[in-house]
Amino acid sequence: MTTRTLAVVSGGLSNPSSTRLLADRLTAATVAALKARGEDTTVEVVELRAHARDLADNLVTGFANQALRTAVETVTGADGLIAVTPIFSASYSGLFKTFFDVLDKAALVGKPVLLGATAGTARHSLALEHAVRPLFSYLRAVTVPTAVFAASEDWAGAGTDDALAGRIDRAAGELADLVTGRPATARPVDPFDDPTTSFEDLLKG
Amino acid sequence: MQFGIFTVSDITTDPTTGRTPSEAERIKAVVAIAQKAEEVGLDVFALGEHHNPPFFSSSPTTTLAYVAAKTSALQLSTSTTLITTNDPVKIAEDYAMLQHLADGRVDLMMGRGNTGPVYPWFGKDIRDGIELAVENYALLRRLWREDVVDWEGKFRTPLQGFTSTPRPLDGVPPFVWHGSIRSPQIAEQAAYYGDGFFHNHIFWPPEHTQKMVEFYRRRYEHYGHGSADQAIVGLGGQVFMRKNSQDAVKEFRPYFDVAPVYGHGPSLEEFTSQTPLTVGSPEQVIERTLGFRDYVGDYQRQLFLLDHAGLPLKTVLEQLDLLGEEVVPVLRKEFAALKPAHVPDAPTHASLVAAGGGAKDSTVHAPADDVTGQAR
Repeated sequence: MTTRTLAVVSGGLSNPSSTRLLADRLTAATVAALKARGEDTTVEVVELRAHARDLADNLVTGFANQALRTAVETVTGADGLIAVTPIFSASYSGLFKTFFDVLDKAALVGKPVLLGATAGTARHSLALEHAVRPLFSYLRAVTVPTAVFAASEDWAGAGTDDALAGRIDRAAGELADLVTGRPATARPVDPFDDPTTSFEDLLKG
Repeated sequence: MQFGIFTVSDITTDPTTGRTPSEAERIKAVVAIAQKAEEVGLDVFALGEHHNPPFFSSSPTTTLAYVAAKTSALQLSTSTTLITTNDPVKIAEDYAMLQHLADGRVDLMMGRGNTGPVYPWFGKDIRDGIELAVENYALLRRLWREDVVDWEGKFRTPLQGFTSTPRPLDGVPPFVWHGSIRSPQIAEQAAYYGDGFFHNHIFWPPEHTQKMVEFYRRRYEHYGHGSADQAIVGLGGQVFMRKNSQDAVKEFRPYFDVAPVYGHGPSLEEFTSQTPLTVGSPEQVIERTLGFRDYVGDYQRQLFLLDHAGLPLKTVLEQLDLLGEEVVPVLRKEFAALKPAHVPDAPTHASLVAAGGGAKDSTVHAPADDVTGQAR
């Protein structure tokens, strides 16, 4: 049995937060789905609220401080990612976007990602498709087809397949399939490895 | 080991008074700072190049030639020379000219420049930054080393039968450093040619500088210029000092808090722990600077940034006094005691002339030219 690492990014600001609640439900379902496929999982959660100042500092200084660097490495080194944001003003929250803004452009290439979002009303649900998914497409992550949106009323929904629980299980299964279908996360390309292009080739233009 | 200062030539409002110097005032201030650097016993003065406000230094060789005339021992350098957007032909000409006027007290640090619009203003594209640095520098080297150059490349008009004048002083081109904060390709370029590598070492955590320098050293050895610990490394650094460290913190904080580049972000305390910035007593600066060697190895050049963020000239000159009188003499002694004999010093004109077998008049005389009548 192999052990997979699952990073969870939660952009919720309140405590307790329905964003974290959804992230935890997605995580539990994914861990169960991986278990069913014969894989153990190590889960690491990044609460962005704890890094609000670190992220603002990174915008200004251009580098991540130690605390933020640890969070970034958690996410970039994981076999799969669950990313959940509250919907603010028809899109992801600024804090959530800032975290993905400060990553290296290639940090999430090929990474299986499950997207989730929360808001007060279901009228925000397509923000996942018109705002959050394009962000991850730009980063060339591989997002699972089911993105899970939870409005306040969903927390009272019955356990039918179309209700929140059903969507969570479907999305978790999709993420588990993607994670098990790929080799354990390869070491990211180190820019300080010996160059693959010789300097003579660079000189030839 | 060489010690000196580098400036970016920013014209910044003094946040404690609200006063902004004029260009005229700041230009004269930088010249005064350079002269003061020699007076207090520093080795190097390096001047930046920019083509947009709030910076004045669009024409570094003009300034450096003036400084050369006002000084006698100070090594003049750049921080940096834009190898991407300048015509390499003009760099070859300008700096050979400066080399003659300064009796060889000249080296250069190549940089790409990170101000997006400067590229299109000079007819270039920032996405070609690395390629420009590679092609332009390859041409620059030939212009200094070959009397007559035929050349064709991607970014510049071809040259047929071109001679860059004046020829380098004594037949020896200026030593070149390559500066880059985060591009391994530039460290690779420095290693390939056996040139120096300089890390700005101001804005980012030291672990990053360490990675860049390690890479450069490894590749320097790979290209057969010597062992990794013989590669030529320079570091920047940023300090603010007062005899009493609490006074330094109190005086520098208002400048730090609103400084261009990192202001409005982390606190002074956070930034000094995360980056090589040191604000405190001369003893603290000595201790921190000696520690740089722990992660980059024995290195050849240490430049400090002192005159930025709106600090007034009087304060900068006081900083230079402290640097020259209390800090650098100790650093010189301590670093020299630590450095193994096989680690070279930074090349100078004199050392390069000696290595090349002595000075040569490299003048290229025109064949039977009309002015001198001299035939080749």
